[in-house]
Amino acid sequence: MEGEGCRTVPLSGHVGFDSLPDQLVNKSVNHGFCFNILCVGETGLGKSTLMDTLFNTKFEGDPASHSQPGVQLKSSTYDLQESNVNLKLTIVSTVGFGDQINKEDSYKPIVEFIDAQFEAYLQEELKIKRVLHNYHDTRIHACLYFIAPTGHSLKSLDLVTMKKLDSKVNIIPIIAKSDAISKSELTKFKIKITSELVSNGVQIYQFPTDDESVAEINGTMNAHLPFAVIGSTEEMKIGNKMMKARQYPWGTVQVENEAHCDFVKLREMLIRVNMEDLREQTHTRHYELYRRCKLEEMGFKDTDPDSKPFSLQETYEAKRNEFLGELQKKEEAMRQMFVQRVKEKEAELKEAEKELHEKFDRLKKLHQDEKKKLEDKKKSLDDEVNAFKQRKTAAELLQSQAQQAGGSQTLKRDKERKNNPWLCTE
Amino acid sequence: LCAGPVENKNEAAMSELVPESRQKPVVPMKPVGINANLLGYIGIDTIIEQMRKKTMKTGFDFNIMVVGQSGLGKSTLVNTLFKSQVSRKSSGWNREEKIPKTVEIKAIGHVIEEGGVKMKLTVIDTPGFGDQINNENCWEPIEKYINEQYEKFLKEEVNIARKKRIPDTRVHCCLYFISPTGHSLRPLDLEFMKHLSKVVNIIPVIAKADTMTLEEKTEFKQRVRKELEVNGIEFYPQKEFDEDLEDKTENDKIRQESMPFAVVGSDKEYQVNGKRVLGRKTPWGIIEVENLTHCEFALLRDFVIRTHLQDLKEVTHNIHYETYRAKRLNDNGGLPPMTSETEENHESNL
Repeated sequence: MEGEGCRTVPLSGHVGFDSLPDQLVNKSVNHGFCFNILCVGETGLGKSTLMDTLFNTKFEGDPASHSQPGVQLKSSTYDLQESNVNLKLTIVSTVGFGDQINKEDSYKPIVEFIDAQFEAYLQEELKIKRVLHNYHDTRIHACLYFIAPTGHSLKSLDLVTMKKLDSKVNIIPIIAKSDAISKSELTKFKIKITSELVSNGVQIYQFPTDDESVAEINGTMNAHLPFAVIGSTEEMKIGNKMMKARQYPWGTVQVENEAHCDFVKLREMLIRVNMEDLREQTHTRHYELYRRCKLEEMGFKDTDPDSKPFSLQETYEAKRNEFLGELQKKEEAMRQMFVQRVKEKEAELKEAEKELHEKFDRLKKLHQDEKKKLEDKKKSLDDEVNAFKQRKTAAELLQSQAQQAGGSQTLKRDKERKNNPWLCTE
Repeated sequence: LCAGPVENKNEAAMSELVPESRQKPVVPMKPVGINANLLGYIGIDTIIEQMRKKTMKTGFDFNIMVVGQSGLGKSTLVNTLFKSQVSRKSSGWNREEKIPKTVEIKAIGHVIEEGGVKMKLTVIDTPGFGDQINNENCWEPIEKYINEQYEKFLKEEVNIARKKRIPDTRVHCCLYFISPTGHSLRPLDLEFMKHLSKVVNIIPVIAKADTMTLEEKTEFKQRVRKELEVNGIEFYPQKEFDEDLEDKTENDKIRQESMPFAVVGSDKEYQVNGKRVLGRKTPWGIIEVENLTHCEFALLRDFVIRTHLQDLKEVTHNIHYETYRAKRLNDNGGLPPMTSETEENHESNL
């Protein structure tokens, strides 16, 4: 532990903080633990049986068929309880792995599944209001890779898949159904597998050897990889004890007999010694790598080209401003378009208005013309009437003159008329 | 032996198979409960030992701040708590050093080890608090310091390439020293605790409790508790963070009866009844620091160190730090969406 310039100070009595690990552990126990195992292997290699055997129980599920169109993953979660420890165990199994004719893409669903769990955790971690301490961790802590007991070497599918997975998850390779191989063949097989893994640069999980209490056992176990396992949930009576075993006409294979297979070693390593280390490696190594790659992919850096440290905050600020700027630009563009449209519409309307005005003017003119015509006609008619009146007056004048000529008669007639209005004149 | 209830096969087929395209992660179905005790030993409970070993290897950090007017015995108390000279006593005020004009923050770290457990203890002293004539806003430098530690941690956490273990300088516990006037809390006490109880775990202690008789002590404690309640000051352990009934009953008892702890500190040993005890010698008798009938130091020590140390750290990390982080990210406009899925989660959106 780095002291960073701190001195070690002696204690003059019992303080009591040696209970701190207990306090921490008690809190974790109250909280519960979770452990997620991924089983990758071809159909029929005994994945489900091995899980049943490891955890002493029969997990639900039916054997899968060989006719799956693609590789899928099946996940189930179980609550296990032992003394005061509550474990949320999630077992994910591949379904249909190795069954297709074209297996080029077989590894993809597996990688995507593992990445999806990292992604979920990352998203939770990046939330503003987050509940990390109550988060149900679904990240895969251990990947058991089931190798078919051909006795020869690894299949190319195995190599490709393991190469894709080794930087994302702790891989523990195991030889499945190893009762199909004889002891001598097994040793050769193991050596072949290990050398193939090394020559292809596949990083499998190494049991940690830095803690003295477990360094020795872990070191020995590292040499026994890959573990040759047999699974069985059937119990047989052997001697005077009931044991898990597989019975053949030529003898009985005992699962928990270390001379028969490495099952006990696997259980020791996976559960009883290194479960916590597997969880820690997943979080501090594989998850951090995923997170770093993902954030870098999105364009975030820790230092700018002048290698001055950038805070992620600043980068996000910058990106946010960029995003807002783009939004603004879009808004501007939309506004421009709107203004444009309005102008166009206005122009159209103006046109229509103009046309209407013209029409109105035309009609008005027409109307005026008509009116004028009518007035002219009226005038001419009036003139005629006047002319006629004149002629009439003239005619009357002539008539009256004519009458004056026969005037005395007229006078007389007038007198008579005066005296006798009823006398008619001509 | 079969496991628990079987889910409908069709349901299982539909909700357990993960489609090949990248989607939201598989939501685990309701877990099937299995009591493994009946099925033969698996070895899951070894995880406790595994965890314990790991934490002992990495060691622990603990940062404790002491706040109070000078002369209340802060440094002595911390030295008594950790049974070592982790805090330098400021008894030299009147000679060479002047009382600081503003509140200073002094953080000194030591490594202490006990029973194989290594702890990096940092004691943060605040000389000058409450010592001026005008003490307005004298809590501000303290609040600033606390927030700076949260900021430091946040910056580390937000890095792309992160350290394996982020150094934790956040203040886990703040001991606030109340002057044993016997009357009530001072306005300064109330102001400080009102402001700071929202950002840090405050544990109020009544200092130099050997100046009060038992009745005076009980009455004073009652009055102080009442005043804190009336002013809405939530000191540690805060009611709202009790996780279960067990916690609640245990903490209720502490909140309503024991706190604030009336303590006496001492780093001198005397012989009492054939035993060497830490105490203060007066003409009228020796006050034994660790004697529960004399003062409540032992209660404070057990509370802070032996039972609630881890909880103090966890409340700081899970609640105070998260509050700071949320506020900080909100002010900054938040973090941009990672995928189109988070657009629905409007909390993490811009």
